[in-house]
Amino acid sequence: MFEYAPAPESRSIVDLAPSYGLFIDGEFGEAKDTFKTINPADEEVLAEVALAAPEDVDRAVAAAKRAFKSWSALPGSERAKYLFRIARIIQERSRELAVLESLDNGKPIKESRDTDLPLVAAHFFYYAGWADKLKYAGFGPDPRPLGVAGQVIPWNFPLLMLAWKIAPALATGNTVVLKPAETTPLSALFFADICRQAELPPGVVNIVTGAGDTGRYLVEHPDVNKVAFTGSTEVGRQIARSVAGTGKRLSLELGGKAANIVFDDAPIDQAVEGIVNGIFFNQGHVCCAGSRLLVQESVADEVLSSLKRRMGTLRVGDPLDKNTDIGAINSAAQLARITELSEIGAAEGAERWSPPCDLPDRGFWFAPTIFTGVTQAHRIAREEIFGPVLSVLTFRTPAEAVEKANNTPYGLSAGIWSDKGSRILAVADKLRAGVVWANTFNKFDPTSPFGGYKESGYGREGGRHGLEAYLA
Amino acid sequence: MPKSPKAAAAVAERSRLAVRKTYKLYVGGKFPRSESGRTYLVDGDNVALASRKDARDAVLAARAAQPKWAGATAYNRGQVLYRIAEMLEARRSEFVALGVGAAEVDAAIDRWVWYAGWSDKIAQVAGNANPVAGPYFNISSPEPTGVVGVVAPGSLLGLVSVIAPAIVTGNTVVVVASTPQAAITLGEVLATSDVPGGVVNILTGKAAEIAPWLASHDDVNAIDLSGVGDAELATELERAAAGTLKRVVRPAPGADYTTDPGTGPMIELLEIKTVWHPKGF
Repeated sequence: MFEYAPAPESRSIVDLAPSYGLFIDGEFGEAKDTFKTINPADEEVLAEVALAAPEDVDRAVAAAKRAFKSWSALPGSERAKYLFRIARIIQERSRELAVLESLDNGKPIKESRDTDLPLVAAHFFYYAGWADKLKYAGFGPDPRPLGVAGQVIPWNFPLLMLAWKIAPALATGNTVVLKPAETTPLSALFFADICRQAELPPGVVNIVTGAGDTGRYLVEHPDVNKVAFTGSTEVGRQIARSVAGTGKRLSLELGGKAANIVFDDAPIDQAVEGIVNGIFFNQGHVCCAGSRLLVQESVADEVLSSLKRRMGTLRVGDPLDKNTDIGAINSAAQLARITELSEIGAAEGAERWSPPCDLPDRGFWFAPTIFTGVTQAHRIAREEIFGPVLSVLTFRTPAEAVEKANNTPYGLSAGIWSDKGSRILAVADKLRAGVVWANTFNKFDPTSPFGGYKESGYGREGGRHGLEAYLA
Repeated sequence: MPKSPKAAAAVAERSRLAVRKTYKLYVGGKFPRSESGRTYLVDGDNVALASRKDARDAVLAARAAQPKWAGATAYNRGQVLYRIAEMLEARRSEFVALGVGAAEVDAAIDRWVWYAGWSDKIAQVAGNANPVAGPYFNISSPEPTGVVGVVAPGSLLGLVSVIAPAIVTGNTVVVVASTPQAAITLGEVLATSDVPGGVVNILTGKAAEIAPWLASHDDVNAIDLSGVGDAELATELERAAAGTLKRVVRPAPGADYTTDPGTGPMIELLEIKTVWHPKGF
């Protein structure tokens, strides 16, 4: 096989300031405390970021509440034009934002450039168009915004999750206080700058950076009318509890343990690509990752040997190298969680395998890993690992595949690989999951609603359905 | 069975001791007593006072019935709901004799008819094709959320207005009813309407006692608090529901069940599933 020459994307396109403040009421301002955000690929500090205290969140919510009056009264066609402007600026700055995202998150530039950023811009374009068409959306003749939306987003797709939250909120006439994840605050702060560039009225979007406490204070704030959260099921439960009795609207997009089901008549090569994409895309830091491979017994050996061969060609390393397939794990804490669950997998008797691969000395790294001989009782088959770790189980009949696929409290996504149309449709009907990818995986589109069944949360993001979460 | 109020009056005039009805629970298509052996007095009748165990048994029955009910064709579910309207119409006088206003019984009958018609239309209203930017077939369709715990409002029309939108789409329900005689008589209507056993389960008793077990039950997917009047209890139930991230239909104080319900009550108990498939020759 040919060796790859290094193909690094230049980071000079990103002009990082040494420190960033909070974006409240259209202005950047300092907070009493700060924290550092690092590049997970080399542990270098990228910038110092303000740690929002309760009084900062109070100010942000107050600004959003003030801005709501005029923003919600604006004709939808005018709100639309602000969103179109934002979408355009994102397109024009997409290379810069892609590099920034890879620096702060650790994801391969190939993915931030070709997946995250195009989807971010598309999401704003999509909801921009809805802003003056809401009465046609099927939610009554006079749909109204809710007020101030408190939004808390995760670190796996920082800017994309921001887009999923902010675009529908603004299109429907709500105003926003958004808290990005502690380990990936930078792209949200660059987005704040984009709001200024677009001359978005002050207070319509406020960004408060911080950790868990900041998020908790925000969602519990009495002047927040709508809470939207993407993250772990455990935190989702806490938020649902804290919102109980307040009348606040809530949408939750939580964890998953998706089954990726390969039937014996599947196109094996395509299925293997789908399996790889399903679990190793974004280092497996994907709530809808296909982390449980269910393969029909008769083709298990063929699928596994082909999968192992393919895994041997995955390139792990510098996120800014254009040939990198798997970047850095986002944080030391996440690496520790992946490491721990993998050790438990081996201790519980599953067989662990990774291709030989050199990992960089600094930063947080985890080789792509599969476990075979996994049973449904194993923790690696039940718990969300949120890393590049695949658990392989087998089945004999379609009914057994469905039974195993649904045997989880989660219900976010699922995959089906088969050449038989009737089987795909019947199995898709039986899977208790909000998104079913048949003969494909991890496809996203602003027009396509995303969200879970059961303990993967409620409400949908994207598409016409995504408007509902922000309308009364 | 008397065919009209007039006939009922004629029966009453006969010098014969009436045979009274025993009001029990309606679970799994049967009418069992409370396993607790408890009853409570409502308007002179000893009515079953449901327990935690009854609630759990009802959830088992509802879960067992759910896949087949959801798997029935929408056309079939519509026929069954229309049959409920027919049976309710036939027992109209019985509800009137229980003190339910004639206009309310009529409205309840008409509500079943209204929802019967929704069975094969709601998917067309709540779902849609999505024009994704790529060569993919992509469609979003609603599916029932599963087993729904319902704290019903205290009127026949309210009761029908929370059961019908849940079951028309394929959910099954465990209902805590505060109007025992009317609720169990409705159970008799359901039992004679081709509604499979377990699709609707009716518990009579105290919401404050039973509903927390439904709200925290691991095998209940959603809880409808429409009939919870006490704000503190509603908050407690919503908090308990968070344990398994149940969908929560919040209390509707002052809800007017005589008006057009809209699609909201159905949509709140639906999940949206989006299926992708590549297109290619």
